[in-house]
Amino acid sequence: MKSRREFLKEAATGAVLLGSSAAAEKLAFAGMLEPHVAAGKSKVVIARDASLHGAGAQPDEQRVLNLLDKAMAAYTGRDKPLEAWKSIIPADILAGKTIGLKVNGLGGRGISTHAALTLAIAERLQQAGVRAGNILVWERDARSLAACGMTVNTDASRVRCYGNDVGDYEDQPVQCGATQIRLAKILTRECAMVINLPILKDHEMAGVTFSMKNMYGVVDRPFLLHANNCNPGVADLNTIPAVRAKVWFTIGDAISSVYDGGPGFRPERLWYPNALVVGEDRVALDHTAWQMIERQRATAGVQSLEAVGRRPDYIATAADTAHRLGTNDPGRIRLVEV
Amino acid sequence: MVAVATAAIALMTASAGCKKKTVEPLPPSGAVAGWEKSSDTRVYEAKDLWQYIDGDAEQYIAAGVVSTSTSDYKYQNQLDAVVDVYTMGDSAGARKILESGNSGGAKNVQVGDAGLAYEQSVIFRKGPYLVRIVAYDATPGTEQALLALAHGVEARL
Repeated sequence: MKSRREFLKEAATGAVLLGSSAAAEKLAFAGMLEPHVAAGKSKVVIARDASLHGAGAQPDEQRVLNLLDKAMAAYTGRDKPLEAWKSIIPADILAGKTIGLKVNGLGGRGISTHAALTLAIAERLQQAGVRAGNILVWERDARSLAACGMTVNTDASRVRCYGNDVGDYEDQPVQCGATQIRLAKILTRECAMVINLPILKDHEMAGVTFSMKNMYGVVDRPFLLHANNCNPGVADLNTIPAVRAKVWFTIGDAISSVYDGGPGFRPERLWYPNALVVGEDRVALDHTAWQMIERQRATAGVQSLEAVGRRPDYIATAADTAHRLGTNDPGRIRLVEV
Repeated sequence: MVAVATAAIALMTASAGCKKKTVEPLPPSGAVAGWEKSSDTRVYEAKDLWQYIDGDAEQYIAAGVVSTSTSDYKYQNQLDAVVDVYTMGDSAGARKILESGNSGGAKNVQVGDAGLAYEQSVIFRKGPYLVRIVAYDATPGTEQALLALAHGVEARL
């Protein structure tokens, strides 16, 4: 059997496959109103495998792939992995457009999106018909990608992998709340869709970093959005049309996490949820992530984020009528744990 | 701007009282038994620190960080670690970071002016310097190996 890395080296040339009209509608409506809010409850799946890590520091690749399949099946209601993927990715994107996988390597090796997850998603996308070169694993720069266990590759015959240091930023800034930022061209020009692959972490300022906060990696000077515990910076950034329209599906890495002292690697605060968190409502995802962090802090005897002055208020801001990015109302979140 | 310095030219100037002191805080390969320096030294000025630790940088800036040097290390070809040396404006800044980072579970260790050790990390301060050493794996010998490296860094400050 081929290893995952061998598989990815091959240029898959899959046939054009069916896509989801519902997913296409999501793209069409994005920027106007989040369909997840309008449609009622937002579904968030937490899929777990307690044996994911085994004895080693890195998770078992096959178990990660199996967990991904389990999460996708629970989210889509389709047991066959490829059918699950085809129900998420619009047909025209499957057929020939670029899909970005936005990983997070900010915290350095030890607390970055796991390569096993990134590669498992790339494998399933290729099997669903996406050409290898139309998959672009992406972060801020080569160092961040290396932290995720990825190597820069611009050869379009294989899965591509490079950062904004290669792809560059738009010359023209865009307004983001009260400040101006420049967006990564990988987002604005290269990718038709971005699958968001954040890693769950405590954050020194934001409180929690997960789905929405991972978009700080798509701007040239993210520190401009740090004021007031990143509120409303995170929400403002996610309302920018290119972000809102293209980044609507998250497969969050909660394989390992830091529940305090983040966003950098703090091994003394490391914990293993051994989970993936999947959904389309970025606010509901972040609310769920926040609760996971709080539960672990309580278990470890650490004060709540509110008690230490780091409650992630940007989540509520993202749900308000000015941003309408999703829901943070637990009564409107359908949490499915498998 | 970020400077990627070679081992030969990575020099920092830190002010200690009214004396100017030129320091290369990161030990070369072999300077500490078993430890190899496995990357170039990267130096970040305060205004660029976000490029290295975005999200964490502000607390160091608030404490008066002047510059940061970092390098990867490898112990006996098995254990990977990273060493960060933060040069603060004064010893109060280094003390502030060390104390704010102690949220329980650490052992006090005799390195520099004050130090804390966990199973996979050591943090200590000496004068205006704040040093954090983090290993990516926990092995039976990790703690002692990190302490040895910490003493190696301390001797250069």
